[in-house]
Amino acid sequence: MLAIAGLAKSYPSPSGGRTMIVEVSAFALAAGEQLALRGESGSGKTTFLHLIAGLLDADAGRIELGGVDMAALSEPKRDRLRAEKLGYIFQTFNLLQGYTVLENVLLGMSFGPGADRAHARAVLERVGMGGHLRHFPSQLSTGQQQRVAVARALANRPTLVLADEPTGNLDRRNAAESLALIRETCRESGAALLLVSHDEQALAQFERVREFSEINRLNQGAAS
Amino acid sequence: MTLLLIVYRSLRQHALSTLVTACSLALASGLLMTVWFVKTQSQRTFTQTTAGFDAVLGARGSKLQLVLNAIFHLEASPGNLAWADYEQIKRHPAVKTAIPIAVGDNFRGWRIVGTVPELFADVEYHAAKKYTLAAGRFFEPEKTEAVVGSFAASQLGWKVGTTFHPFHGLAFDDQHEHDELYTVVGILAPTNTPADRVIWTPLEGVQTMSGHNPAAATEVSAVLLQLRSPTAGFMLDLAYNKQGNRLTFAYPVGAIVGELFAKIGWFDRVLELVAYLVGLVAAGSVLASIYASMNARRRDIAILRALGAHRRTVFGAVVTEAAAVGALGAAAGFAVYGVLLVVVTNVIRVQTGVVLELAVWHPVLVLCPLAMIALSALGGIVPAVKAYRIPVAATLAPVS
Repeated sequence: MLAIAGLAKSYPSPSGGRTMIVEVSAFALAAGEQLALRGESGSGKTTFLHLIAGLLDADAGRIELGGVDMAALSEPKRDRLRAEKLGYIFQTFNLLQGYTVLENVLLGMSFGPGADRAHARAVLERVGMGGHLRHFPSQLSTGQQQRVAVARALANRPTLVLADEPTGNLDRRNAAESLALIRETCRESGAALLLVSHDEQALAQFERVREFSEINRLNQGAAS
Repeated sequence: MTLLLIVYRSLRQHALSTLVTACSLALASGLLMTVWFVKTQSQRTFTQTTAGFDAVLGARGSKLQLVLNAIFHLEASPGNLAWADYEQIKRHPAVKTAIPIAVGDNFRGWRIVGTVPELFADVEYHAAKKYTLAAGRFFEPEKTEAVVGSFAASQLGWKVGTTFHPFHGLAFDDQHEHDELYTVVGILAPTNTPADRVIWTPLEGVQTMSGHNPAAATEVSAVLLQLRSPTAGFMLDLAYNKQGNRLTFAYPVGAIVGELFAKIGWFDRVLELVAYLVGLVAAGSVLASIYASMNARRRDIAILRALGAHRRTVFGAVVTEAAAVGALGAAAGFAVYGVLLVVVTNVIRVQTGVVLELAVWHPVLVLCPLAMIALSALGGIVPAVKAYRIPVAATLAPVS
């Protein structure tokens, strides 16, 4: 479902050259698979997810999602593919503060297959936010905001959900509940889940955990 | 729907700046529409205000001054002409009607004009419209009676039976009160012409008023003329203005008033320049307002992009938002326009007696709002480019 080969990403360095951040020779994720990547801050985890989501351009390599090489697509087509096939859960939730809970979910759908109000309500019901449709994010607790973010990520029936430190801003109880919810809902919808975190409690919930340093060659020395 | 939702939510999120910018646009739009409408409508109305006459005969001098004095009851009279001149033009075969008037008195600033009853009996001040009375009757020429224009009567609070002493001169001076006591015997129905501001009295009364120069008894200030044909006007123009050197024949009345507007053509160009500047300032205010909020919007725009919104979508959303602010301003501009128009037309009515017709279509009522919307959208392009260029990944999260 997700297949990465020869992926490389660098940033300009203050000295004038370029600093390599991500160098992944091969990585794959099967449909419906749930995998957690363990990595320290600054190891390139977020950059890796941004590359998969098409939010960043790779210097080199292939990122195939459902057989389509995202790196080879034009930006508009990549945007479309992201909207239709990917769900993204951010550490800081990234809800739109000026929009209601329902509008946050509907807006995410509108860039993909189209806004489906009934489905959006159903997804929000599923994550326990059915009673807060007209609330604004600022009126919700952090745990509730995370639930809305999960609903938004899953509303388009994505084939892959990317979760970047999704429990980083939650207390222990909310983190455990939220993570369980993410895993359950992904399982129910058949979406694969790729989570990156350095939180051992979160990682402990996954059957499959890999060190990001095993994947990103640039970290291999540091991680061991 | 998505675009509209984004625009609507953004406008609500930045409600205060939206309101302030829309208000400034409303003022600009309302002001522009008022200026243009009043300018064109007043030019049209004034050039059509002839009181039913084709020409004016008066003392040698400016044709414009003659027309302003005799038709609009503004300005001082350029001088008098002899009764014999009136008799002569009256008998001219090319002249259909000749109405003499005499000016030189007022009541507390309201102009008193002496004339003959034929003005009310024979003359149509507009096509198929003769002077009618709202109350009372027309004056008898040998009596100290007055018929008052509707606006003057309402402002003075005069009714039939009111008496008054005229004051000498066109400007009010309470030291120069005449002895004669006049009685109001009639109030004219509104005509929406300068006649509404006039206190009409018999011609002889003004000519022979106590304290007037005795020579004035055989003179009139001007003669208002209806001609039998346009060629008669050119013929009389030749006779009085080119061959003669004693009198002035002002013909045609509308064209002479048009000269006034031609003389102040530079004012139109200044107005145009002001209009363009106002438009630019309006576009600038939209640009500044949205641009200033772009830093606060960066994250929202990056989130939209992360959700799958194209760059062109966020670009379009910002431009549409700017256009929406322009549309709000243009809509509110009609309220400003309505208020300004009422005030300005009232001032014109008070000063001249001319009533501008308000329910008249003018292209500026469409062009100005459209221009406001277009300029606002144009002002939104700079912040839209900024939105277009926002780096999604760098804006959303610190790299880990």
